[in-house]
This record gives sequence, C-alpha cells and structure tokens, in this order.
Amino acid sequence: MADKRKLIKVYITGELFEVPEGSTIITAMEYAGFQLKRGVGCREGYCGACATVYREKGDYKLKSGLACQTVVSEGMAIAMIPFVPAEKPVYDLDELSPEISTFIDLFPNVFRCVSCNTCTKSCPQDIEVMDYVQAIIRGDLERAANLSFDCIRCGLCALRCPAEIVQYNNAILARRLYARYLAKKSPELETRIKELEKGKFKKEIDQMKKMPREKLSEKYYKREIKIS
Amino acid sequence: MYPEYMLESIKKVDKTRAKRLEIAKKYGKKVYPPMSEEERKEVLSTYHPDYKDDARKAVRIGPNKGEMITNEVVDILESYPRNDPHVFDLNKVDLETDVLVIGAGSAGLAAAIEASNLGSRVTIITKLRLGDSNSMMAQGGIQAADQSDDSPVHHYLDVIGGGHFDNKPDLVEALVMDAPRSIKWLEDLGVMFDKNPDGTMMVKSGGGTSRNRMHSARDYTGAAICRVLRDEVCNRPDKIKYIEYTAATELVLDEHKHVAGAIIFHLENKLYSIIKAKTVILATGGFGRLHIRGFETTNHYGATADGLVMGYRAGANMLFMDSVQYHPTGAVFPEQIVGFLCTEKIRGLGAQPVNNQGELFVYPMEPRDIEASAFIRECEQNRGVTTPSGLKGIWLDTPLIELINGHGTIEKYLPAMLRQYRRFDIDVRKYPMLVYPTLHYQNGGLEIDDNAETKVPGLYVAGEASGGIHGRNRLMGNSQLDIIVFGRRAGKNAALKVSKGITLGKLSLKHVEDYIHEVDKLGIDRKRISPVVLPDYIPDHIKAKQLTANYQGTII
Repeated sequence: MADKRKLIKVYITGELFEVPEGSTIITAMEYAGFQLKRGVGCREGYCGACATVYREKGDYKLKSGLACQTVVSEGMAIAMIPFVPAEKPVYDLDELSPEISTFIDLFPNVFRCVSCNTCTKSCPQDIEVMDYVQAIIRGDLERAANLSFDCIRCGLCALRCPAEIVQYNNAILARRLYARYLAKKSPELETRIKELEKGKFKKEIDQMKKMPREKLSEKYYKREIKIS
Repeated sequence: MYPEYMLESIKKVDKTRAKRLEIAKKYGKKVYPPMSEEERKEVLSTYHPDYKDDARKAVRIGPNKGEMITNEVVDILESYPRNDPHVFDLNKVDLETDVLVIGAGSAGLAAAIEASNLGSRVTIITKLRLGDSNSMMAQGGIQAADQSDDSPVHHYLDVIGGGHFDNKPDLVEALVMDAPRSIKWLEDLGVMFDKNPDGTMMVKSGGGTSRNRMHSARDYTGAAICRVLRDEVCNRPDKIKYIEYTAATELVLDEHKHVAGAIIFHLENKLYSIIKAKTVILATGGFGRLHIRGFETTNHYGATADGLVMGYRAGANMLFMDSVQYHPTGAVFPEQIVGFLCTEKIRGLGAQPVNNQGELFVYPMEPRDIEASAFIRECEQNRGVTTPSGLKGIWLDTPLIELINGHGTIEKYLPAMLRQYRRFDIDVRKYPMLVYPTLHYQNGGLEIDDNAETKVPGLYVAGEASGGIHGRNRLMGNSQLDIIVFGRRAGKNAALKVSKGITLGKLSLKHVEDYIHEVDKLGIDRKRISPVVLPDYIPDHIKAKQLTANYQGTII
C-alpha cells in the first residue's frame, strides 16, 4: 500500500530530506534512508540514547530533546548527539558514607553550580535538575534521590551546563547512597530471608515439583486469591 | 488529543465510571469473574495469535529438528551465517578472558558483577551501549514473595499455573526461592524501591498473581535496576572490561565441543575480532524486533534474538519457541507511540479495561495471554474503538486510578506514563488510554538447568534468551526477577567453573561449517542470513534506490 502521508522538509545534519508529517526524529531519519546505530535504543523514552539538538524554522533557539519522542516540523534542523564523553569517577559503594563529604571527594565541581537553571530547561524528562543539584550541595540526599529519580541519563544537562557539572552521575550516586544507607530496611524481607536460609518452604515446593499435572492444576485453580 | 469521534466513546466510559468505582470499592480487583480452566482454553484457542493455523512451522535443522516453532524463529534458524567460517584464523586470538558476557541488559550486568566477585576476568560485549536493553524499559515491577501473607510456595504455584504447567520445576524453584535475596542484593547495590513509611516494600498485584508481590520503583522499575547495575560495572574497570557497538555473530567451540569464545565485529568500523573465553554467558534478550506476525512491539531496538541463533548453531536446544507473549496493553493511539508499553501496573493500581460502550468484559488481572486474548475477542466482535489509521483497541480507564487511590497517584507512581501521553496532549488522569495487545516477550529460549548452563559445556544463558522458567506464558514482574536470579547464577557458576580449572583445546568453527551443510540441503535463498543484529526500518521505495539494495540482510 502506498504511503499517503504528507511529506515535509527537514534538515538532517544540514542536509535536506522529505519525510512524512507526524514522524518522530528517529522514524524520519529511517524514512530518509539512515540505518541507525548510535543515537537509538529503546525508542520509547526510557534509555536516553537519542539526545538530539534541533532548531525550528524561523526560531534562533537551539532546543534539545529525545529523537524518539520529538515530532518533526516543517523546516526543522536536526543533529543527533552520538555520545557524551563525561567523566565518571570510580568508587566502591561499600566504602562510602551518605554524606556531603562523599560528593566533595568524588564530584567537587558540583559545588560550582551557578543556579542558572539551564540544566532544568534542557531536560527532556522535565526533571528539576538544578533543584536536585542544590539538594546535593545542601547534603539532602533523599530530596536529590527523589527529584532525580526519572533521569534517563541522556546527557543533555551536562552538555549545556556552564559549570561543567555532570548532573546525572551525581544523581545516581545520590540514589545509590540513599537506597543503601538511608532508606528504612524492610523487616519482612529480612525475616523471609532468614526463613529461607533455614530451609523453610523447601518441603512444600518439593511436593509440588513431584505432583502430576492434573493435581497441580487442581491446586492452582482452587488457590485463594488475596489481592488488593 | 483524541479526535471528536473517539471522545464520543470516551463519554460512554465516563458515564459508567461511577458504577465501576462502586464495584471496585466493594470487590477490589475482582470486578469481573476470573475465567475457569475451560474458559481460558476457549479464549486462547480462538483468539490468541499463537493458535492461528499458520503461526508455526516445523524447523528442519539443528537440535530441535522436526518441532513446530513460530515461523519467524524458524526463518532465522534456517539461515546462513554472516561469514564463511574459513575466513577466520582461530590461531590469532585478539582477546582472552575467563568469562565472556554477550549482552549488557540487567542479566548480563548481574552476571558480570557476580563473576567478578568470584575473581574471574570478565569481558562484556554489547552491540549498542552498556545497559541498552529491554531490562531498561521494564516499567511495572519485580516479583518476590517477601510479604508476611505470601510465601515462595504461593509464588511457585502462580508461576507454574501462569505458564500452563509446562515450566521446568527446577527453574521455577530457583526463581521463587532466590527472589527475596535478589531484592536485598539489589537494595544493597543501591536500587530505590517504592516503600511504605515503616520500610516495608510497597507491593501491588499483577496479572495471575494470588498475592500482592510486585515490587516497584515508580514505573521505571527496570531502569532503576539496570542503571545501578551499569554504574556498578563501570566502577570495576580493573575486573570487568566492556566493549560497546560490537555484535557477536558466532560462538567458537573447542575441538571437544566446549564453548571457547566468540567471533565479534564492530558495527561502525566493521573490524572483526576473535575472543577466546573459558566460559560464555549469552544474555542477548528476545525477539521482539522480529515483529512476529507483523505485530508492533514494546521491545528495544536490539531485540533480534541473536543469542538464540548462535547458541542453536553451537548445539544448544530450545524450549517453548512455539510461544509468543503479547502484552495486553500496548498503546494504539496516538500514532507516534503505537506498540509502546502501557505497564501492567496501571491495572495493578485499579484501572479497568472496558469496551467502546464503557462496559467491563474481563477480569483485569488474568495472566497476560488470557487477558490479551480477551481484548482481541472484544475487538473482533466489534466492541473496540478504531483509530484514524485503522487500528483497533479497547479503553484502559486510567482516571479510575485517581478515584480509587486518591489525587496525585498517577503523578507519583506512573510518571513515565503521564509523561509519555502528555507529550501528545493527552492527560491520562482525565482521559483513558486506547490499548491493544503488542508483541512483548519471548516465552521460550535456549534450555538451561538451574545453574543457568546449557547442554553445551561452558555455555550459560540468562534472561529472555533462556527457556523453561516461564513455560508458555510469563507473568508480570517475573522477567525482572529472572534476569537477576539467573544472571547471578550464570555469573557465579561460570566463575566457579573457571576457578576449578578449564583447559581449552584447539579452537574450532566446525559446528558452523556443519550447519552450513545442513542449510545447503534446504535449498533456501543464500541472502537469508542471521543473526539479524539490527532491524531495518528503511521503507522499500527508498531502499530500492540505495546502492546497498542487493546487500545481504540488514545494512550493518
């Protein structure tokens, strides 16, 4: 069946192509004949592989977004960012403490934040990036962890930051420290693990493993469902 | 935003909402009677895509020869290798390692971490970036029976019943018994789970579960896990080496048929290398991007079942490759997000599937294959809604979530969903989502034992590429669990095997030569090659004009 969609003009890395209206940047590039390798991943906005800079017709502003989530417009100029060579310090979580001193050691330049809010404006996830950076500076790791939670590490914040901060690497450390050291542990989980270590449930499982299919099926359809 | 005619149908959904809320308040999730065994059989055999007459054919080659298998899988198995094995000089090895992990989703990353914990030298190769995988996209949750009213015994029964009793019991046991420890392992590595103020896990129900045991991290559960594992791998540069944008195309064996490494090549400069490894872990994921029966998919760009092909050629057998999972709730509107996943957690939080009249027609928490079949039935009997591009779907009534759980629930627990639809001017707190089953998961795969090892000595498989754990239908949240449980088992067992001492014989690709002879006998087109490596979405009329128009397979 012929494709009846209306074609519009876009500039991919400076070159003119005609692509169907309503395409995302990714599907527009594929329509134009590109077999993508870099700059493509989950295609649903979860992996952060497709950070892209673009400019809309008649606008002077360089905007940024995810190529899999941004719909092309007539005259749009597009450049995908293949990779962000940002610094990632190496650490052993076991040896860290959930304190501001950890960030002073590992990410000293986070304290250079000038509160310009460029990071927040560049975030395709609409995360309050500057706010979580400020939370880290104050040592409020819980707030930083929660505010940064939906980060997909596309790199756009770091690329635009005038203070050269790698926000997303700070964020994952804040979340890991919070989950490991600050979040309350589940007493139920600890109890269950102890029960398992003592061999509880093994006998019942062994019985079911040996059960003929009909008997197991009967047990399954008769089982009590207690969900809310 | 929805066009006018769709808004008309939404008005009917709005109209029945108050009554459905009442039912939900009275009966919880049981707003519609669950199907009996007979009803399940009936709806599956009539409406599930796997049961269509032309869905499967007999594979004519390899360890599963003669078995009826999903068509598209047979096609990639009955294919020529990407390279003539004679071009490789196996005496010139480019890299040696103890444990080679192919694939860098959560299964591969977990395996690498555990193998390095036991002192092995680990190399990970991935055809895209570290962490690029279906693992990263999982939204809803991870199952583990750690609640006081639950137990691994209930979990076992749910898993095996959901899989139609075809699952390998040893693997189900490993899955459910390792589950609580896996959650703790993840939390100790720094994964933030949704918790109650007292520290207990906030758990929801999933399709086919008899207890609330779905642990989540908002609706970014897979990402929350995978990004922590990736960060941990990056913190071990002296123990774990990783190579990105590099695909494996063939496993190498030694003269005694013990696995001995892989042929890999870089996607951009096309350079190939030979890796010699004492053990290999395939963590290559599933087949979503093969678009079985033309279905749209929720899957990652790299989900082309490469590991299945490589493992099969090396002599590993498959289980349940006649079975495909269609996730009941894939988006069908707007056009730009067709096939995208609308997490099962949406139903876990109380959203109900309703037809074009706003009527309930199925228990919202059936196992996935049953739920998906019921949706297809509703559409085929003209009680669905047709989109402007001609796709059909039923409504998933998300505004109900806020009425049941309170204002702000969607923003707090389904931020990814809210964001996804908001990009297209639809507020799912006020309007329902239009959904239809979408290709989601490879239920079967290469057979493993409870050490995650295949019948090829030294070859391990973890995650979606493996078969047997879930039988012929996986329940929600058990995939996030299996990649951790069997990723860790594969890593540990591979490292243990290495530490006991492995002396490899002469490297060989004879298994590939033999396979080519078998393919020759089938008389298939020489242009049909695998592994697929990446899907190809360039339209035919553009492709016809490309210099590479006669290139073999996808352009890589």
